Amino acid sequence: MNRTATLKLPQYSGRNLTLGLVRGADTVRRRLQYPALGIALLLALWWWGGMVIANNPDTMAFASFAPGPTLVAFWDLVSTGAVWSPIESSLQRVGLGLVWAIAIGVPLGVAIGYFLQLRQLTHVPFQFLRMISPLAWMPIAVLAFATWDAAIIFLIAIAAVWPITYATAHGVQRIDPMWFKVGRNLGAGPYHTLRRIILPAIAQDVFAGIRLAVGVAWIVLVPAEYLGVTSGLGYAINDARDTLEYDKLAAIVLVIGIIGYLLDAICVRLIKRSSYREE
Amino acid sequence: MTAHFLQIENLARRFPQPGSKEPTTVFEGVNFSIEKGEFVCIIGHSGCGKSTILNVLAGLDHPSDGNVIMDGKVIEGPSRDQGVIFQNHSLLPWLSTLHNVTFAVRARWPNWSRAKIREHSVNYLEMVGLGEVLNRKPAQLSGGMRQRVGIARAFAIEPKLLLMDEPFGALDALTRGVIQEELLKIWARTHQTVFMITHDVDESVLLADRVLLMTNGPNARVAESVIVDIPRPRERATLHEQPGYYPVRNHLVEFLVRRAKTLASAARDTDPRHTPRTVNPVKPDTFPPRPALVRSG
Repeated sequence: MNRTATLKLPQYSGRNLTLGLVRGADTVRRRLQYPALGIALLLALWWWGGMVIANNPDTMAFASFAPGPTLVAFWDLVSTGAVWSPIESSLQRVGLGLVWAIAIGVPLGVAIGYFLQLRQLTHVPFQFLRMISPLAWMPIAVLAFATWDAAIIFLIAIAAVWPITYATAHGVQRIDPMWFKVGRNLGAGPYHTLRRIILPAIAQDVFAGIRLAVGVAWIVLVPAEYLGVTSGLGYAINDARDTLEYDKLAAIVLVIGIIGYLLDAICVRLIKRSSYREE
Repeated sequence: MTAHFLQIENLARRFPQPGSKEPTTVFEGVNFSIEKGEFVCIIGHSGCGKSTILNVLAGLDHPSDGNVIMDGKVIEGPSRDQGVIFQNHSLLPWLSTLHNVTFAVRARWPNWSRAKIREHSVNYLEMVGLGEVLNRKPAQLSGGMRQRVGIARAFAIEPKLLLMDEPFGALDALTRGVIQEELLKIWARTHQTVFMITHDVDESVLLADRVLLMTNGPNARVAESVIVDIPRPRERATLHEQPGYYPVRNHLVEFLVRRAKTLASAARDTDPRHTPRTVNPVKPDTFPPRPALVRSG
């Protein structure tokens, strides 16, 4: 489109509206073309994989993993409403696990970021604990907690607490010392320093930590739900496997991916909103 | 006791030095006083401890030796009586222009109503010409505007002593000039007691009643207290036409270029209770030069 020419056009409102729409569509197209291409590539790969499986006599039994049967099963799950109950149970577990992780991780992170001695004291033990796969805690969790639900929430919390703690601590360490000086000069006490300087200053880092934690929690959730519970997306996958409903299994994998993506998008939104740095 | 508003007595600051048992003495034997409502600038080369003196006055640093007495009380820590304008605007980036000021005003007068805090803050922001940008975040302001917010914030808490650490150092020359004049106007209305660090001789001549000159560090001293005998109100455009301008300016430049160094090597032998020599370059006869700074033991 020749932009200089359009600028010289007479100011007909109808014409401007059309131009506006065309330009709007233009930006939408430019913004979406690569993400759309990415989705298309993933679908193509999936479709190609399905073809290979269907054409191999050894794996033919799993042909319903292909996009066609999966999308039919997915639509079935959504239209019958059967999809909502496992989603609800799973989100509840992840939510509670994250609440615990935030309630422990943020104060811990602030303290570790603020006090050098505490940072040194906790470094080795925490890095050691952090490196243990959350799933390795599974037997202990099952012994320690009375209900399966509580055990799963514990596993999610212990997986999610580290990214939150360390992102928070990193945020506190990055606080401009000038702001503390300003706070002291203005007569801010410990409470006000925390409330008015530290918390707003680290909000962005805390949400970045929560974003990582959501990712980890969502990953830990599914294997954790293979445990004794009879609800949730992990259970639904196991159940579908046992009943050989591979199309349903793949549909639930699809659901897990979509929800994971949405949770991440919420976190990105929160990070952007709490961001004050010039980037 | 003393009748001065602010009295600095035998102040010294030493820092431990890595790899040596002897601490480095940045400055020592610093004595001077400031009267209420006086605008005092301090000039010296980098490393002479100007900022450290300012931090001690702010209560943000502790002297190794000596006292600071303000209004009859020893300064022992930060309080609401001392307001500081830092070199890098130091605004909280997540707060708007207005809230950066109300934040300080609320801390100063916790019992004020929301409306009163707002009115008071807006009033000071208008004084520095920022009435139109109350809701912008610091990132959306120019460097000069940010520094103005810092000035409004410091004046708004109406401290007994206003401390400025090279407030215009990071600004371009044109903006600096404009804000210097704004500072003069706001100071003329409030008559705060001001202690300001600067590297800029012209800035000190424009703003100050008195300029303290420091010798080079380490072991720096305040060597002279130069009276800026130029009538107010002063304006940048006409300042150089004032009869006092060149004598004062030349005296300051001469000190910084030559004597800051030579006096530094001599200062070590001087009396620790040494007080700076008062000089009025405009009327040199009224203050006969005292004997040389070095005295035989």
